[in-house]
Amino acid sequence: MLPSGKETSRRKGEQTTAGRAERGSHAGDGCSPCRVLVQGKALQGTPGEGLWLVAPAVRRLVFDPSRSRFPLLPLLAQPAQGERGCWSRQRRNHEEPSGSPPQNGRPRSQPGGSRCQMLALGRARARPGRLFPRSRRGAGSRPAPRSRSSARRPRQRKTLRPRAGPGLRRRVSMATPEAAAIGRKRKPAEGREGAGMAAVLPLLLLLAAAGPGRARRDALREELLLSPLPAGDVAATFQFRTRWDADLPRGAVSHYRLFPKALGRLVAALGVRELHLALTQGFWRTRAWGQPPLQAPAGAELWVWFQPTVTDVDKAWKELSNILSGIFCASLNFIDSTNTVTPTASFKPLGLANGTDHHLLRYAVLPREVVCTENLTPWKKLLPCGSKAGLAVLLKAERLFHSSYHSQAVHIRPICRDASCLAVSWELRQTLTVVFDTFSSGQGKKDWSLFKMFSRTLTDACPLASQSKVYVDISPKNKEKELLEVTPPPTSVHEAIVQGDERTYAVYDLLSPSLFNTSRSLNVQLKWKRPQDSSELPTPILHAQRYVSGYGLQTGEISTLIYNTHPYRAFPVILLETVPWYLRLYVHTLTIITKGKENKPSYIHYQPAQDRRRPHLLEMLIQLPANSVTKITIQFERALLKWTEYTPDPNHGFYISSSVLSALVPSVIAMKDVDVEQSPLFTSLFPSSDGSSYFMRLYTEPLLVNLPTPDFSMPYNVICLTCTVVAVCYGSFYNLLTRTFHVEEPSRGGLAKRLANIIRKFRGVPPL
Amino acid sequence: LSYVAGLGWFLALAFQPLAPRTYMSENAMGSTMVEEQFLFGERALSYAREFAGHKKKAGGMPVAWLEKTMWNLGLEVHRQPFSRTLPFPDETRERYMVKGTNVYGILRAPRAASTESLVLSVPCSEGPHNNQAVGLMLALASYFRGQIYWAKDIIFLVNEHDLLGMEAWLEAYHDVNITEVQSSGTLGRAGAIQAAISLELSSDVVTSFDVAVEGLNGQLPNLDLLNLFHAFCQKNGLLCTIQGKLQRSDWDSLPAYAHSLQTLLLMVLAQASGRPRGDHGLFLRYHIEAITLRGINSFRQYKYDMTTVGKTLEGMFRKLNNLLERLHQSYFFYLLPSLSRFVSIGVYMPAFGFLILVLTGSAERLWDGDHATGEVRALPLPTAPPPPTPAILTPAFPQESRPGLLVLVPPLLICHAAGLALYFLPVLGQHVATQHFPVSESEAVVLTVIAIYVAGMALPHNTHRCRGREGGDRSWMTLKLLALLYLAVQLGCLALLNFSLGFLLAATMVPAAAVVRPTGPNRVLLAALLVLATPAVTLLLGIFLQRELVEAPAAAAEGWQLFLAAVAEGLLQHHLYGSLLFPFLALCVYPCWLLLWNVLFWK
Repeated sequence: MLPSGKETSRRKGEQTTAGRAERGSHAGDGCSPCRVLVQGKALQGTPGEGLWLVAPAVRRLVFDPSRSRFPLLPLLAQPAQGERGCWSRQRRNHEEPSGSPPQNGRPRSQPGGSRCQMLALGRARARPGRLFPRSRRGAGSRPAPRSRSSARRPRQRKTLRPRAGPGLRRRVSMATPEAAAIGRKRKPAEGREGAGMAAVLPLLLLLAAAGPGRARRDALREELLLSPLPAGDVAATFQFRTRWDADLPRGAVSHYRLFPKALGRLVAALGVRELHLALTQGFWRTRAWGQPPLQAPAGAELWVWFQPTVTDVDKAWKELSNILSGIFCASLNFIDSTNTVTPTASFKPLGLANGTDHHLLRYAVLPREVVCTENLTPWKKLLPCGSKAGLAVLLKAERLFHSSYHSQAVHIRPICRDASCLAVSWELRQTLTVVFDTFSSGQGKKDWSLFKMFSRTLTDACPLASQSKVYVDISPKNKEKELLEVTPPPTSVHEAIVQGDERTYAVYDLLSPSLFNTSRSLNVQLKWKRPQDSSELPTPILHAQRYVSGYGLQTGEISTLIYNTHPYRAFPVILLETVPWYLRLYVHTLTIITKGKENKPSYIHYQPAQDRRRPHLLEMLIQLPANSVTKITIQFERALLKWTEYTPDPNHGFYISSSVLSALVPSVIAMKDVDVEQSPLFTSLFPSSDGSSYFMRLYTEPLLVNLPTPDFSMPYNVICLTCTVVAVCYGSFYNLLTRTFHVEEPSRGGLAKRLANIIRKFRGVPPL
Repeated sequence: LSYVAGLGWFLALAFQPLAPRTYMSENAMGSTMVEEQFLFGERALSYAREFAGHKKKAGGMPVAWLEKTMWNLGLEVHRQPFSRTLPFPDETRERYMVKGTNVYGILRAPRAASTESLVLSVPCSEGPHNNQAVGLMLALASYFRGQIYWAKDIIFLVNEHDLLGMEAWLEAYHDVNITEVQSSGTLGRAGAIQAAISLELSSDVVTSFDVAVEGLNGQLPNLDLLNLFHAFCQKNGLLCTIQGKLQRSDWDSLPAYAHSLQTLLLMVLAQASGRPRGDHGLFLRYHIEAITLRGINSFRQYKYDMTTVGKTLEGMFRKLNNLLERLHQSYFFYLLPSLSRFVSIGVYMPAFGFLILVLTGSAERLWDGDHATGEVRALPLPTAPPPPTPAILTPAFPQESRPGLLVLVPPLLICHAAGLALYFLPVLGQHVATQHFPVSESEAVVLTVIAIYVAGMALPHNTHRCRGREGGDRSWMTLKLLALLYLAVQLGCLALLNFSLGFLLAATMVPAAAVVRPTGPNRVLLAALLVLATPAVTLLLGIFLQRELVEAPAAAAEGWQLFLAAVAEGLLQHHLYGSLLFPFLALCVYPCWLLLWNVLFWK
């Protein structure tokens, strides 16, 4: 069954609480809106609460801020509502007047004691790792940060909250203001008792810190790409890349630093080799906006490669989608066999892979999924810095959803640890693409700035990040000699060839101290000197359009138009169509026409649907001649569903998910073998085979199809009425007529008997 | 008696208790109020003036200017050239080979995947008409573009050559080719269209709005769309009319009854004609609810400016935008004695049922009589066969063994051949006709239709020749029985699709069909009655009635001209938009009537 709006949200709630109950901690770090009630209550008695009151004090004892390599991080203006939990509590602790003896803590008798120590261990392990690369920085840059750091010492402690086991951390940090209030009330009472405890902890910490290797095993890189689109809109693409030199599935990992524990344990437990999840609201209009850095279909998309060791892939897939549903607060639990397919050619593993046995692949799209803040918040929680520092400061929900397009994604894949590729590292990419409509907000002007788009500015890099950069696409400057101006002047200018197009990027390195020398915050602005007046947009080389044609409720036709505007090169494209079973495809009507001639696909994989079991899957490899339009049509018949199978809003229509086009698009410009690590964002996600072409994946529009729908209220009324009539009139008469009445001597018989006698008289039977 | 009851029931439909007040059934449109903030009436007028200037300069639709303006408003602009050669020249509109361009801009809803859309269409007609509508549309587009609440894409369409352009656009949008319009294929699309509003406005200020609901083949939009319009008219204090008739405030007086009966009759006539009464009519085939709004500027005192009109439209679009499902809650089959009252299908169908009862009743009597004379064992007959299912009777024809049945075949075949000739010959033979007679193509077509029609009336003589001598009472009764049942089935099916047409035909044909017989004293009288009942005469009478109701009575000559024009129009409607009226009359009703005519002249 397809989810409906109302139902979905309700079920989400159920799912999350249920998931929590069943799966314990790793599935429990779900979404905050649903958890508020559960957590707010549950939090009161847990030891975790006390723990966090202890923690700052501990840190103060161990950590000397003057030895930090970090430039001091200005305090965040206001933490977002609802995320305030532990943050504000910590701040309060710090702002107590320089209490050198720790005042917070909990009675040792509490069971939280042991967990508290573990947490502290994690803390200690984490810290040397960050202090270690101090030498990496140039000596010249040292004085400036230090001078600032001494000026704002107390604040730094707050920002440097290291990452502990995410389970604990997130539970507290996601707590509601309600929970925070509870903590506040309790604090004075607890204050005096923790002193002894705090004295023991440092010793433990120091012991633990000596143990593990000091090698830095994970790294975070954060990037933001701002690119003005041809139509005048602005696309902002965030990418947070966490790379971890550990072998996750071996299960040897127990400690998580930057990598989110929820996802890490998921990968380890279910034998996931690659996981790609995208939640999208809106539709990337390739024709007007050009080729996307990374496209996703409207709704939710999930595709996963499992390890060859997984025996029951379907079971693992079901479990995975349910857990992810809890983590991201999305109705991914509606993924079942009726919308899951196993494509054979369209989706190759993007990371390291030995074999590509496609039976280990599962792919599902929920086109109806609505993405909103409830999905964004858990996504943000996975970031090492949350949304407290670094580029993630800009992720303010009310601005992000005031846009034309919003797509957030999580990609996990194994990659080579180094050039020799002897060991495996795991990479987590969290990406977020937003398109801002500058037209409606700017009264026709297309100038933009960070503040205008996000109503925030950048103040610092995430202290845990080893790279933090903002790229601004200023390539129109070269191409059309159009005057546009970027302020402040960029740190450097980077040229790259992305998707067959020469691009110039202005780069702002947030880690370079010179950036924040002149002003406290970075507010990138772009101004057009001359109004852009080009009604002819540059058409992208590959774009597509899909629609349902025909009228009436019996049959219809799905048509897909694929455009190849490359002037002289033909290239093949793989088309993947997933059509739900209630549209019965007539495969013999499949026609592919290019330039008036039939175009025979060189590869076809068709898996017919089974009613209520699995969808149609159609994969084709089609050659697109240069400068052509290819039209693919296939007819279908609309099935009449069982009446319980209709959604609560059947007249809205039923969605058909986007079809997927995967292609190696030849580029117009020869691509140099540039340093992939240097170019922004996604160039390293998709492998490019050679310099002359690049990989592209496009999604078409989802479709809305009306099925023949009965009038649901009318049968109900009729059934009710008939049942009543039958029950009351016919039932009682039937009862009277068929019952054998026994004569009871003493009584003369009541009303029933007299009635029965009357009827018997009519029937000509002697009376009782 | 049943016939009288049927007519009486119909006349009573306009009476208050039978016509309840309309009400909003759709949840999404009922309770949520929207606050309209459209303030750009002046801008609409300046757009209109600019458009008028460019239209005059371009001598038609200013395609380039429209594209540029829409682009500057931030819409995604597309154009669609189309061409169409009519089967024969249309004399009233003076067009034969039509070439035109539709221009439309799509306002893409933020954060929606282009699965649903709404349409605001404005016809760009010749002369100074509809300039203000284009202006208002552009002003609305610029205002809508700045809003963030859109959940459905909105298509702003300017279509050239009114219905032709609309048909071309709709066919291209849905990628079908029903009629022979040639148009360019690839277009920008915006998913399934949920509702459409067509706007016609030719003055800077309006006194009232007239709403047209009847679409192609008498299809009607969902009543909720009409209610929506009515609700916003009341909210903004706009006067709105239906069939050009304002609603009266008093309900129980006799003139009020007459007034609403007039409105009802006008609607029945308009629906029976099967002609779309505005651009919206073509949307209905694609299951898109649509109405046409016409701004009227009369001599009334109170005038409303563009801002009020714009506010009304804005409110309607915002409510349509709120829709979660297609409009489906309210009635699709209804009659409107006034804008705020409606007659539902359950109430008006009995009127038709009574009429059909006459046919089945007399058919049954014939069958009875047949049995009585033909000394077959007397079957216990069902007392009254249910009126909507007279078809049950036909398979139970008891006369297989008799030779009389074969007699019926020639008249049946000949009558249907006449129908086919009526359907195909006029258009095919127009060139032959123009070569041999001094008439233009369209005159030739119309006159051929009438000639064939009249010639069909001479058929009984031919059928006699094909038939042997063994006629007699029983065979004409069998033929009449057949004709009656045939007519009943036809009308019964028709009334389900287009009640008005079915009712009109039934009201005229039923009495004549019931009494027709070859023997008896007053055969001439019967013949006259039957001629009066022929569909062509019904059409002529319908035209006179319609002119009477709009208070512009037509003289006989003018009526004849109108009749000719209507015949040509009916043919064109069929070829251009796929209207079913002409083929239905030519292929079904006319042969059936000829059968009855045969009965009359049976020897």
